[in-house]
Amino acid sequence: MSGDAKVARNDSQLPGSQQPASDLQADVKIRQPATRFRGATEEPVWIRYSLIFLTVSFLVFFLFLPLLSVFAEAFRKGVNAYLAAFNDRAALAAIKLTLITAAIAVPLNIVFGLAASWSIAKFEFWGKSFLLTLIDLPFAVSPVISGLIFVLLFGAQGLLGPWLTSQGIQIIFAVPGIVIATIFVTFPFVAREIIPLMHEQGTEEEQAAITLGANGWQTFWYVTLPNVRWALLYGVILCNARAMGEFGAVSVVSGHLRGKTNTLPLHVEILHNEFNFVAAFAVASLLALLGVVTLAAKIYVESRVRSTSTSEDLSSLDH
Amino acid sequence: MSRTFRQYSVIPGFGLTLGYTITYLSLIVLIPLSMLFFRTAGMGWERFWSTISDPRVVASYKLTFGASLIATLINVVFGGIVAWTLVRYKFPGKTLIDAMVDLPFAIPTAVSGIALTAVYSKNGWIGQYLEPMGFKIAFAYPGVVVAMTFIGLPFVVRTLQPAIEDLHKENEEASASLGATRLQTFRYVILPAILPSLLTGFAMAFARALGEYGSIVFISGNLPMKTEITTWIITQKLDQYDTEGATAIALVMLLSSFAVLFTINAIQWWISQRHRGVS
Repeated sequence: MSGDAKVARNDSQLPGSQQPASDLQADVKIRQPATRFRGATEEPVWIRYSLIFLTVSFLVFFLFLPLLSVFAEAFRKGVNAYLAAFNDRAALAAIKLTLITAAIAVPLNIVFGLAASWSIAKFEFWGKSFLLTLIDLPFAVSPVISGLIFVLLFGAQGLLGPWLTSQGIQIIFAVPGIVIATIFVTFPFVAREIIPLMHEQGTEEEQAAITLGANGWQTFWYVTLPNVRWALLYGVILCNARAMGEFGAVSVVSGHLRGKTNTLPLHVEILHNEFNFVAAFAVASLLALLGVVTLAAKIYVESRVRSTSTSEDLSSLDH
Repeated sequence: MSRTFRQYSVIPGFGLTLGYTITYLSLIVLIPLSMLFFRTAGMGWERFWSTISDPRVVASYKLTFGASLIATLINVVFGGIVAWTLVRYKFPGKTLIDAMVDLPFAIPTAVSGIALTAVYSKNGWIGQYLEPMGFKIAFAYPGVVVAMTFIGLPFVVRTLQPAIEDLHKENEEASASLGATRLQTFRYVILPAILPSLLTGFAMAFARALGEYGSIVFISGNLPMKTEITTWIITQKLDQYDTEGATAIALVMLLSSFAVLFTINAIQWWISQRHRGVS
């Protein structure tokens, strides 16, 4: 019986191979493919499977379950209760303010990101790495501190506070404070996505364009920008997600005036603190959806970046 | 003058773009951040010290630093496993699992905060099983650790993944051919090669956990002396219009996270110096 099994295994593994002349030879030949040696750079099968199991269960339980719970809690009392959360002036005002904030913060940081990457990636100058460190600074600052520094600058007791009050301008506990705190926390996103790519691409194409008579603006618009477009889009996606979702910094400067200075994340907090859980999770589900869309867009853009960079690698081989 | 400052280039726009970069950087980042130092400097040492050494504040440091350390160590172990699995193994649904790692980046912290609270509280999907067994997660110390682990995980995984991809398998083969077990190869060949990235991931996750606010304040419950994190104390001081007190504590936190990042940079530099002699 064991002989049959061996022959059968032999047949299935080596289709079209000749039948063994004798049983002894067959035994030798059959055993070779049957015992598969583990590669020197592989772990034993049981370790591999346990690591995969650990990874999948850790991520599912730890990251995916909370995301799922947002939607489960939001629809706990049915679709009507879910929709009722948005049939509310405060919620609509929060959506509007969130969109306005992102609409101001993101374009400003795009302009900065392009200017910073042009100066840093296309030129060699003294103090460049220090400048890069400074650009990354907002990532190292706690969100709460990011809000606090603008209170210190523009608040009633702040440096410019008395002057602003005398001019009748309010920044803290008003929309401008929310916008400027958002600009601060999303400051590095676009720049840090473009700078490495632009640096890698070098200046040859730009030099060629200039030699052929293009001015600086044309060079940027027709040569540099198309080369970095996917990285730019990627940076914009991340910047936008953070701008719409920022909580700590905005919370410090907003003053939580319902219907006036509440962004979506702040509205979620207020509803949650009022034990209005269905509405809180309903509004949160909107932000969670934004996060999921961001992730999907990220995967798509990343695949585009990879495919464009490999095709460029291949075309550079031809020259 | 500009020629000594930078190398000559035919490409135009250097002055304009660098000028804009530095102006915008100064207005948005540098001047506002410097306010933290100016305001603390005007405060006087006595008052500064009494603010930052208040027992309730000290309790918050202990919680913040302790929980951040535990959370980051959890992330180093599990993040390491996740990164290794995602780079080296093939399994169904891998792309989806890989994308999931970025969830804490993509989802607003307030949303993560209420979601974690819902999952780990007494009636939640996980809490309902853990609490009868005596593990109280939400509104207790472990809740803070859970939230900090949640937000720190992508930092560790995303810094480790490229390092594992760059490993030369030849070195592992050589190690195996010389008779090392897989565990010895991991300890003496793989671990030293990925150590710098592991440290970077550790530092980034730890610094992030120290400053985190949104995902923690819901699940922690903010019980005085017990589950108050330092960033929460800062917001409480601000709510009571104690701007100076908030500023003093904020400065301590800012300098601590800079110190973490600086220390890790120094360790990495030391490692690279030590390895330079070998290779």
